[in-house]
Amino acid sequence: MIFEDIQNLLTTRFGADTILGQETNGLQNALLIAPEKIAQVCLELRDNPGTYFDFLSCLSGVDYGIAENRFGVVYHLASIPYHTQLTLKISKINDRTEELPSFPSVSSVYKTAEWHEREAYDLLGIFFENHPDLRRILLPDDWDGFPLRRDYVEAEEYKGIKIK
Amino acid sequence: MNYTEGLENYHKKIAGVQADEMVLNMGPQHPSTHGVLRLELITDGEIVREVIPHMGYLHRCFEKHAELLTYQQTIPFTDRMDYLASMNNSHAFVMGVERMMGIADDIPKRVEYIRVLVCEMNRIASHLIAIGTYGIDIGAFTPFLWCFRDREHIMGMLEWASGSRLLYNYIWVGGLFYDLPVGFEERCLEFIEYFKPKMVELNQLLTDNQVFINRTANVGILPLDVAINYGCSGPMLRGSGLKYDLRRIDNYSAYPELNFDIPIGTGMMGAVGDCWDRYKVRVDEIEESLKIMEQCIHRLQKELKRTPEFDPRAKLPRKTIPKLQDFYIRAENPRGELGFYFIADGKSEIPFRVKARAPSFCNLSVLTEISKGVLIADLVAIVGSIDFMLGEVDR
Repeated sequence: MIFEDIQNLLTTRFGADTILGQETNGLQNALLIAPEKIAQVCLELRDNPGTYFDFLSCLSGVDYGIAENRFGVVYHLASIPYHTQLTLKISKINDRTEELPSFPSVSSVYKTAEWHEREAYDLLGIFFENHPDLRRILLPDDWDGFPLRRDYVEAEEYKGIKIK
Repeated sequence: MNYTEGLENYHKKIAGVQADEMVLNMGPQHPSTHGVLRLELITDGEIVREVIPHMGYLHRCFEKHAELLTYQQTIPFTDRMDYLASMNNSHAFVMGVERMMGIADDIPKRVEYIRVLVCEMNRIASHLIAIGTYGIDIGAFTPFLWCFRDREHIMGMLEWASGSRLLYNYIWVGGLFYDLPVGFEERCLEFIEYFKPKMVELNQLLTDNQVFINRTANVGILPLDVAINYGCSGPMLRGSGLKYDLRRIDNYSAYPELNFDIPIGTGMMGAVGDCWDRYKVRVDEIEESLKIMEQCIHRLQKELKRTPEFDPRAKLPRKTIPKLQDFYIRAENPRGELGFYFIADGKSEIPFRVKARAPSFCNLSVLTEISKGVLIADLVAIVGSIDFMLGEVDR
């Protein structure tokens, strides 16, 4: 199934407001999906016999910079039977205060997303709703801040030990 | 919204174990966890009720470093991710940058073949470690020494080519650090001659060993649908019986011109997808890698022969500034699908964001699923058969 067909499939299945746009300037085309519908979209793409995107290659959290104040998650899906790939993107404006940017978890669709989402939460402070076990994965549980954020400032000390 | 609910649930789970259960720490210094992985086991006698992996002891902020350095400067950092297969890591990274730059088709054939040659040598070295240490986990000491003896030849050859034994920084964007040294091809052929009978010996000693089979067959069975859903790749996925190899799917570098098979698990000793199948896939892949090496050397000695004016750095870009785009590259590492997700801002030599999709990270996540209700001794066999590399899990 080619790119346009997937767009048609998603708009007929979930409505015209599912796809917010597309990116076709690079080597790989990407679909911008409405954040609240990402889990249903993934489920449909996984189970539809025409697409069978059954393998989540990669899930990356992205901080798009201080000027934009936008956080996003990028999904790279692959289909093992059809040998095709697809990129989905969701993003949200967040003002970097106490409230974390929050997206639906796709770990119920792809189990592998569970650890990827924990990593995105750990390093970028992106919260995933309905995640079964969302806690830090690479950094210690008591770490302050999210190191891959653009406004992250390295701590002066860790538990009273000077580290600078 | 409560952001710490996951952590609280975890604390509750540990605090609330039943009287007949015990919480046991395996690692981070346990020899069978192959590095610094800590497995928190909730056990009932010898039965493992639940496994909670804790990692991050080897976290070196690869992604943060990559946001501060140029593409060329990041290559040594990719070497340090999966430090047993440095060549494969940098190959994947470099391919991604080359495609973004649009110079992937300009790379000379000789460079591509040298890249594939050294990658396959590194794959053999990596699988030898996997097999040897797996033997040690199960209690067989001799295969470990044999594997390290044979791996030493590869280490020596790669040191000859690149100048270092483990972390090579040999494959560069647009070319190579240096051409192969004179006499390298002959030395490779000599090694293949030497190594083939050694593999027969190793198979007799370990693969067909009844004790080894009893410990690994029908243990840690990973069904194919679970493997796909958990994002397992490489020998893990092929051990479950699926012919899926990115060298064939994506046909990158010189692989489309090379002839090799994709070994899969067949359930010869037990069920499809058990520990023995995963082990056997690695053993068979060594044979395939030897085949690829032979074909590469053959071409490097004939039509892609070394000439005095050949310069492997001729196509090196002066400034590595890809256009504004994002790009995901995937390649077959010894442990599975290694992916790099780049976001290039189109202005600087420094990537805006690089995310590494480490195969070991995804392969390890299936451990909790396949080790429910197994014996502690079998858990060691399962952990060994996953063959993860903590440097890559933690990055």
